[in-house]
Amino acid sequence: MRDHDATEQLQQRVRAAVASRTPLCITGSGSKTFYGREPVGEPLSTRAHRGIVNYEPTELVITARSGTPLVEIETTLAAQRQMLAFEPPHFGPQATLGGTIATNFSGPRRPHAGAARDFVLGCRLINGRGELLHFGGEVMKNVAGYDVSRLQCGALGTLGILLEVSLKVLPRPAREITRVLELDPAAALQHLHRWACLPLPVSASCHVDGRLYLRLEGSAEAIEAASATLGGDTLEATTLWHEIREQQHPFFADERPLWRLSLPSDTPPLSLPGQWLYEWGGSQRWLLSTAPAEDIRAAAHQAGGHATVFRRGDRQQAFQPLPATLLHYHRRLKQAFDPHGLFNPGRLYPEL
Amino acid sequence: MPNANTAAANKQELLQQLQDLLPVGAVLSEPEDLRPYECDGLSAYTRLPLAVVLPESVTQIQHILRLCTRLGVPVVARGAGTGLSGGALPHEHGLLLSLAKFNRILELDPRRRLARVEPGVRNLAISQAAEPHGLYYAPDPSSQIACTIGGNVAENSGGVHCLKYGLTVHNIQQLKIVTAEGELLTLGSTALDAPGYDLPALMTGSEGMLGIIVEVTVKLLPKPERAQVVLAAFDDVARAGRAVGEIIAAGIIPAGLEMMDRLAIQAAEDFVHAGYPRDAEAILLCELDGINAEVSALILQVREILLASGATEVRSARDEAERARFWQGRKAAFPAVGRIAPDYYCMDGTIPRKRLPEVLQGISELSREYGLAVANVFHAGDGNLHPLILYDANRPGELERTEAFGARILELCVAVGGTITGEHGVGMEKIDQMCVQFQPAELEQFHAIKRAFDPHGLLNPGKAVPTLHRCAEFGAMHVHGGRLPFPELERF
Ligand SMILES: Cc1cc2nc3c(=O)[nH]c(=O)nc-3n(C[C@H](O)[C@H](O)[C@H](O)COP(=O)(O)OP(=O)(O)OC[C@H]3O[C@@H](n4cnc5c(N)ncnc54)[C@H](O)[C@@H]3O)c2cc1C
Repeated sequence: MRDHDATEQLQQRVRAAVASRTPLCITGSGSKTFYGREPVGEPLSTRAHRGIVNYEPTELVITARSGTPLVEIETTLAAQRQMLAFEPPHFGPQATLGGTIATNFSGPRRPHAGAARDFVLGCRLINGRGELLHFGGEVMKNVAGYDVSRLQCGALGTLGILLEVSLKVLPRPAREITRVLELDPAAALQHLHRWACLPLPVSASCHVDGRLYLRLEGSAEAIEAASATLGGDTLEATTLWHEIREQQHPFFADERPLWRLSLPSDTPPLSLPGQWLYEWGGSQRWLLSTAPAEDIRAAAHQAGGHATVFRRGDRQQAFQPLPATLLHYHRRLKQAFDPHGLFNPGRLYPEL
Repeated sequence: MPNANTAAANKQELLQQLQDLLPVGAVLSEPEDLRPYECDGLSAYTRLPLAVVLPESVTQIQHILRLCTRLGVPVVARGAGTGLSGGALPHEHGLLLSLAKFNRILELDPRRRLARVEPGVRNLAISQAAEPHGLYYAPDPSSQIACTIGGNVAENSGGVHCLKYGLTVHNIQQLKIVTAEGELLTLGSTALDAPGYDLPALMTGSEGMLGIIVEVTVKLLPKPERAQVVLAAFDDVARAGRAVGEIIAAGIIPAGLEMMDRLAIQAAEDFVHAGYPRDAEAILLCELDGINAEVSALILQVREILLASGATEVRSARDEAERARFWQGRKAAFPAVGRIAPDYYCMDGTIPRKRLPEVLQGISELSREYGLAVANVFHAGDGNLHPLILYDANRPGELERTEAFGARILELCVAVGGTITGEHGVGMEKIDQMCVQFQPAELEQFHAIKRAFDPHGLLNPGKAVPTLHRCAEFGAMHVHGGRLPFPELERF
């Protein structure tokens, strides 16, 4: 497919939907259709709206249309030795930029570099009145008006149809290696905490099957010094981080519901039945479990975090329920962007 | 509109009820007590509020807001009042809500690397409290000894280290806010994300328009093993600007990358004796941090880039004391410029870095046109400019000329694809330039967001987002013969 600006067609579709009050189901390539509550509405694809609009390596900024495949963006950046530092999972070969931002999915580097939302500088979108709007921009600092661009991250398309997103990009590290240590989960968490308080060039961590993996990146000098501090053995070239990010690691090949628990990093191992994989220094924990949803939610909540049904399981209860007052302001905000409730209704919460 | 009698009666009722809610001494209404609150860091705008309240607890803030909602009284929050856009300028019929008494660090958790603090805690106090644990709070506005974390969140403040470590929005994890209707909400969490919309992002930079921030949980970072600053002198400002691009193109993200021009260098040098070369047209300060060996390697690389870009002199701080001095000169640049002119007006546009030479050229042409000198201080790494216009408010008409000049600078920033404010906020000051940056439908979307949190428009009314009516008036007076400012420049 070629670069194409489909703004007009998309806007016309939205205007027609406004006139007929037809709910729309916004999709890119459909690689993340499994996520969240059941999609409903007339399909509206962003895939024809694609292409990198602007890329300035020395400005550290890229702007692309929402239907642009992530692969295309990453290849373009790699040619200039740059990257999307939040390392987004694709979950499909055609994954688009729009879906990445709408889900706010971020990969192994998340706790060290930031999530997708931390790199968003600006966006163009169509709101639920069919208006074309532009917020933020391509500069690093911008406090004119409310931060509507970042607000789109993780909103699952319920606040608008993203047309274009500008992202901050970063240089690729000069070098990376992975260290591996044999440790049980509790000891792994202990070590991760001690190391997190030191200025070490750790850029990813994962605990699975009794092993703790740490990715180090930066200059050769920095990596060498850090390896000595961490101990363990070096894995020179590994596809581990890619497999974890894309959930292609054997851990994920399972029939049980896959839960994502987002927790304060120092939460001790939770006593829920099932199998665990820890990432993000203990802040993101994947759980394969058939335990009742209430138990998992209660344990996550008690620890100060939340739990999401990521795959399989009861997707109609995908997200941790919001307190009533907070939900009230969510509804008002939804109203402010999409007064007729046309965009991805119910995908995030039934009330939105 | 209420007539004078009902307004007076309402004021009496309001004060009476506030006194019932708050401890003795927490409600100020005598003009001499209100005077210290008449302006923020933008002292050209002054106004007295109806009253000032100094609550001590979140519950008191909730009661105050419920009362104000019932009586329809506007509320303006105030941290330290160092804001530079008139954001904390009082409302003449409203309350000024000072968070000065919310000055406690509630929890410092070295394991989670988090600090939970009240909104009135000073920015620097957080890093000082974290110091014994080898941790610090990264965003470091030059005003950090005075400004509050609540104000930082409200403005999404940056500092000289935000190129690498991000702005306030990247360094906070959880907020507690009280809405106009008096509801207490917890936004974000002590995990890395929270369910629902990213309301911490929406609240950051919202200038006291969407809620009162009553608690902030910030991230703390381990102090780097070593930080070293390199100073480079240039005999041409544009060349210094290009050197910035060269450093980034080499794949280096310095911890800080700041630039000052001749007038700013000399003012800073006279003020703090930082050791800057007085005869340079521009200097760059480039800080590199990380582990020892890595920093050594980077310094060599940066030296070479700077020399190849035409630096006339490159030197590294010899010790920690010299490094501190180099930074002190930069951080004291505003007050330093304040010594060489009766008044100065600080602008805050951000531009794509590569447009720096032409924007500097444009500013110096405008400087001649308006007959007012400008000292330039930049967060060069992220394209955030702080032109400081020197003027004398006692000379009739000079303030108006200064404001007109400043407005032209901001419009120039927008015309090259930038923004009217990088970190100081819109406040009262840049409200008309919002009409240049945004289309009516976008402004209307902002108003809709505002109504979602503050249906009666009581929080900081009249600031940050102009009404369409105001823009229409501004446009009528501004667009001469249908021409936009800077027609020669390509538009984005
Ligand atoms: C010499 C000098 C140097 C500066 N350098 C920098 C710099 O390097 N980087 C930078 O970003 N800024 C800088 N500033 C600007 C200013 O210090 C920042 O904007 C700062 O964050 C303001 O904090 P404050 O506590 O003084 O807030 P105030 O000025 O009191 O208030 C600012 C705004 O925030 C709102 N507000 C304050 N507290 C709350 C709260 N608890 N809840 C809701 N709203 C609230 C107010 O209503 C107002 O709109 C500088 C200012 C000066 C005078």
